[in-house]
Amino acid sequence: MTTTTIIAEPGHGRLAHGRGADGPAPTRTVVAYGFWIFLLSDFVMFSGLFATYAVLSGHTAGGPTGRELFNLQNVFIETACLLFSSYTAGLGALSAERAEVGRFYIFSLFTFVLGAAFLFIEISEFAGMVAKGAGPSRSAFLSAFFTLVGMHGAHVTSGLLWFVYMIAQVAAKGLRPHVLRRLLCFSLFWHALDIIWVGVLTLVYLMGVV
Amino acid sequence: MDGDEPALIERTPGVEHHEATASYLSYTVGLGLALLLTIMSFVVAQTNLLWLPGIPVGLVVLAFAQIGVHLVFFLHLGSGPDNTNNIIALAFGLFIVFLVIAGSCWIIVALNANMTP
Repeated sequence: MTTTTIIAEPGHGRLAHGRGADGPAPTRTVVAYGFWIFLLSDFVMFSGLFATYAVLSGHTAGGPTGRELFNLQNVFIETACLLFSSYTAGLGALSAERAEVGRFYIFSLFTFVLGAAFLFIEISEFAGMVAKGAGPSRSAFLSAFFTLVGMHGAHVTSGLLWFVYMIAQVAAKGLRPHVLRRLLCFSLFWHALDIIWVGVLTLVYLMGVV
Repeated sequence: MDGDEPALIERTPGVEHHEATASYLSYTVGLGLALLLTIMSFVVAQTNLLWLPGIPVGLVVLAFAQIGVHLVFFLHLGSGPDNTNNIIALAFGLFIVFLVIAGSCWIIVALNANMTP
């Protein structure tokens, strides 16, 4: 009975159940939480692709194996591109929050160029494999490989498109609170892609070569 | 008064302050740790530093360490009060990911082993 009274009275919000000690959370926290749940659902989707790859990775149907196809030097450059891109994306979001627009644009340029470089290396790797007759239809291993790594690449592609759109929003609308929240979501997305890449790197490339 | 109204709409009532959770330093520390762990993964995979059958285990440990670094230094998942719900959601997400990956591998490997040739 006392609880309902406390919730009903405005000004006593800090005692209401389920709202923490300081009343309702700021919009920024709520938005980040919602986007975090989306990212987790994306992880769950990727876990299905990882499981598929783990099951099928040995089934090469007499075709080329990972050890013959993967070039770890390229993979290292890809990893470095994505990691530094994630770093500059974080610094960019931080500069945006501190209203340092010039720095934001510089970090954004780095983020975009490094992300595009990652994508370019990945696409040329795929094209080289298809040209060698190791396309997705060659074996179960390669079908799973192209699905998993290609899905990550598709996420990076859509992330880059989203990023261009975000830079245009900053240019057109300035660093308003809702633009800042969208930037926060973008940087969470970009960092999450890096987390998935750690899994791809370990399961597909490094374990495929060992 | 007019100038104040958009600010009021932007916020859920009750909270007026918003403290910075990140700094250039935390991103740089994260980058350094992530680079170190990445290079260690490549070294472990390509040399005989680890006992050969232990290499996949070593790689998995390094991958989990790096994911932890990303979560803490890039996604700022900490132990602050704002983060409680994020951590609970993460725990549930990891549980589902574990069920899907470990369950699929367990079931399909067992099926494969029991197939008539």
